[in-house]
Amino acid sequence: SRSTDKLGDNLAGLFVRAKLDDAMLDDIEEALIASDLGPAMAARVTARLRDEKFDRDIDLAGVRDTVAAEIGSVLGQVAKPLEVIAFPRPQVILVVGVNGSGKTTTIAKLAHLFIEQDYRVMLAAGDTFRAAAIAQLKIWGERAGAKVVSGEQGADAAGLAFTALERARAEGVDVLIIDTAGRLQNKSGLMDELAKIKRVLKKAMPAAPHDVVLVLDATTGQNALNQIEVFQEVAGVTGLVMTKLDGTARGGVLVAAAEKFKLPIHAVGVGEGMGDLRPFDAGEFARALAG
Amino acid sequence: MFESLSDRLGGVFDKLRGRGALTELDVRAAMREVRIALLEADVALPVVKTFIDQVTADAIGADVIRSITPGQMVVKIVNDALVDMLGGDSAPLNVDVTPPAVIMMVGLQGSGKTTTTAKIAKRLNEKFGKKVLMASLDVARPAAQEQLRVLGEQISVATLPIIAGQGPVEIAQRAKSAAKLQGFDVLLLDTAGRLHVDTALMDEMRAVAGVGAPDEILLVVDSLTGQDAVNVASSFSGQVELTGVVLTRMDGDARGGAALSMRSVTGKPIKFAGTGEKLDALEEFSPSRVAGRILGMGDVVGLVERA
Ligand SMILES: Nc1nc2c(ncn2[C@@H]2O[C@H](COP(=O)(O)OP(=O)(O)OP(=O)(O)O)[C@@H](O)[C@H]2O)c(=O)[nH]1
Ligand SMILES: Nc1nc2c(ncn2[C@@H]2O[C@H](COP(=O)(O)OP(=O)(O)OP(=O)(O)O)[C@@H](O)[C@H]2O)c(=O)[nH]1
Ligand SMILES: [Mg+2]
Ligand SMILES: [Mg+2]
Repeated sequence: SRSTDKLGDNLAGLFVRAKLDDAMLDDIEEALIASDLGPAMAARVTARLRDEKFDRDIDLAGVRDTVAAEIGSVLGQVAKPLEVIAFPRPQVILVVGVNGSGKTTTIAKLAHLFIEQDYRVMLAAGDTFRAAAIAQLKIWGERAGAKVVSGEQGADAAGLAFTALERARAEGVDVLIIDTAGRLQNKSGLMDELAKIKRVLKKAMPAAPHDVVLVLDATTGQNALNQIEVFQEVAGVTGLVMTKLDGTARGGVLVAAAEKFKLPIHAVGVGEGMGDLRPFDAGEFARALAG
Repeated sequence: MFESLSDRLGGVFDKLRGRGALTELDVRAAMREVRIALLEADVALPVVKTFIDQVTADAIGADVIRSITPGQMVVKIVNDALVDMLGGDSAPLNVDVTPPAVIMMVGLQGSGKTTTTAKIAKRLNEKFGKKVLMASLDVARPAAQEQLRVLGEQISVATLPIIAGQGPVEIAQRAKSAAKLQGFDVLLLDTAGRLHVDTALMDEMRAVAGVGAPDEILLVVDSLTGQDAVNVASSFSGQVELTGVVLTRMDGDARGGAALSMRSVTGKPIKFAGTGEKLDALEEFSPSRVAGRILGMGDVVGLVERA
C-alpha cells in the first residue's frame, strides 16, 4: 500500500528502500501531485530525480533534500519582497485577484508592514461592489493606522482610485494601496474594469500603478495558472502573493507558475491577522513541498 | 490550456480503429490518460485512484459501438461513471420540519458562505414562501456581520440584530430563540471561515452545531479548490454531521474536479452550485454538466448517443 493513500499526503510517510527505485519514484510523484504541482510538473521533477539518482543509495532525508533542490531550481529567483522605492512618491500598489482569495486582508498586512517601517500608508476602498467591503477595509485601516479613502457603495472604482491618488499626493503619503473587488478572470467585463482603473491612474501619474499584485489562494488548484495568465494580460500583474498557507494546502501550483511566468513572489499569508505575512522563501517553500 | 480527454484519447486509440471490443491493454493505456485528465481537473489523487480502478473494470471487454471510435467509447464509459458518482441522493433542502428549520453553513475562509447564505435565504423566501431569518456568527472577520445585514436588506430577508461582544455560541442561542418566538420557518446560521486544522475553531463549530441543532449542515466549497479538497472534506465531515455540499464560483473556468472529491469523500449530495456574485446566482447542481467540464468537453453523453 502506498504512503499517499492517507490524509495529509507527503513524503514523511514514504517507505524508503535502500535505493531509489521505480516504486519510490512513483510515491514521490504522487506526493508532489497531492501538493498541487500538477501532473506534468510532478512528472518532470520526478524525471530529473530519476536521471540523477536512480539506483543510488538514498535515505528519507536524502530524498527530501533532492526533491527540494529540484523544486528550488525550478522556482529559481522569484522571491522578491515589495519595497517602497518609487520616486516621486507615492508608490501605488493595485491589488487584484479572484473572489475571496484574501486581497483585503493582504492589504491590511502590507499596510501594517510598511507602517512598521515608518512609511505613511493610505488605503483606497476600491471594492465598491461587495456588501460591507468598504466597512471591512475601514476597520483594517483603523487597526493598522492607515487612512482609508472610500466612496459610496456602487460608485465607479476607477474614479475612486483617481481621487485616492490625488489625496495621497496632496498629503505626502509614501504608499497608496488600492483594494479592488474580487473577479473571476473569465469575466471580460469585470476584467476590463481593471484595465480602466490602470488607465485612469496613469492619467494622474504616468508611473502608477507601480505594482500590480495578484493575490492567489493556496487552496486553489491548477486554475491558478489561468488566473495568472489572464490577470497578467489584462492588468499587467507585476508580482504575486499567496495566502492561506497556514492550512494543509501547499500551493504547489506556484512551481509551474514560476517556470511559466517568472513573476516575482512577494510574500505569503499564514493567517487572518495583520502580522501574518511572511516573505516568500523559495528554499523553505520547496522544503515544505518536499516534506 | 489543457487538452480535453477526447483529444488525449485520440492519440492512444489512433491505431485501434475498427476493433470489436476493448482489450485490457487498450483500457490500461487509456486509463493513464484519464488519470492525467482528472488530475489536471483537480480531482484529488486518492479519489482518482479509486475511480480509475472502478472504471477500468467496467471498460475491459466493453463492446465498441461500430460507428464510434474506441476513444469515444472510453470517454462515454468514464463520463457515465463520473455522472453516476456526482449524482445520486439529490435531496432538496430539509426544511419542512417543525419550525424553525435550522441550516448551518460551514467552510474554509472565503469559500462563499455568507453570499450563499443570502442566496439560499432568497430562494426559500421567494420560491417557497418561507419566512426566513439569517444570523451571522462570524465575529472574526472585520465587518462580516455587517456584510450579512446588508445582503439581508438587498433581498428583504430579516437578519438577527447585531450585538457587539457576543460569541458565536451565544449568537446561535439568541438566533434560535428569536426564530422560535417570532415564528420564522427557517433560520440560516452563517459561520466564520475556518481552517480544518484549527482545533479551537473546529471545537467552536461543534459547539454551535450543538446549540443550533441544525437540520442541514452545508459545507461551502470553492470549485477552484485543488488537491486540498480531500483534506477539507474529510476533516469537516469528521467534525460535524454534514448533510450536503454547495460548490461556489462555478461561473469560473476551473475544471471543478473538487466536485468529485467532495462527493466521494463526504458521500453527501452536492445540493447547489453558486454561479455568480449576485444573489440569484444559485442553481441546482447538474452532474452531467460538471462531468463534461471535468473531462474538458461539452455534453459527452449527447455526442455518443447521437453516434
Ligand atoms: N487562514 C487564512 N485566512 C486568510 C488569509 N488571508 C485571508 N484570509 C481569510 O480569507 C477570507 C477572505 O479574505 P479577504 O481578504 O476578505 O478576501 P478578498 O480577496 O478581499 O475577498 P473579496 O473582496 O470578497 O473578493 C477572510 O475570512 C480572511 O480572514 C491567510 O493567509 N490565512
Ligand atoms: N463569481 C462568484 N463569486 C462568488 C460566488 N459566491 C461567492 N462569491 C464571492 O466570493 C467572495 C467571498 O464570498 P463570501 O460569501 O464573503 O465568503 P465567506 O465564505 O463568507 O468568507 P469568510 O466569511 O471570510 O470566510 C465574495 O467576493 C463573493 O461575492 C459565486 O458563486 N461566484
Ligand atoms: Mg476584498
Ligand atoms: Mg463570511
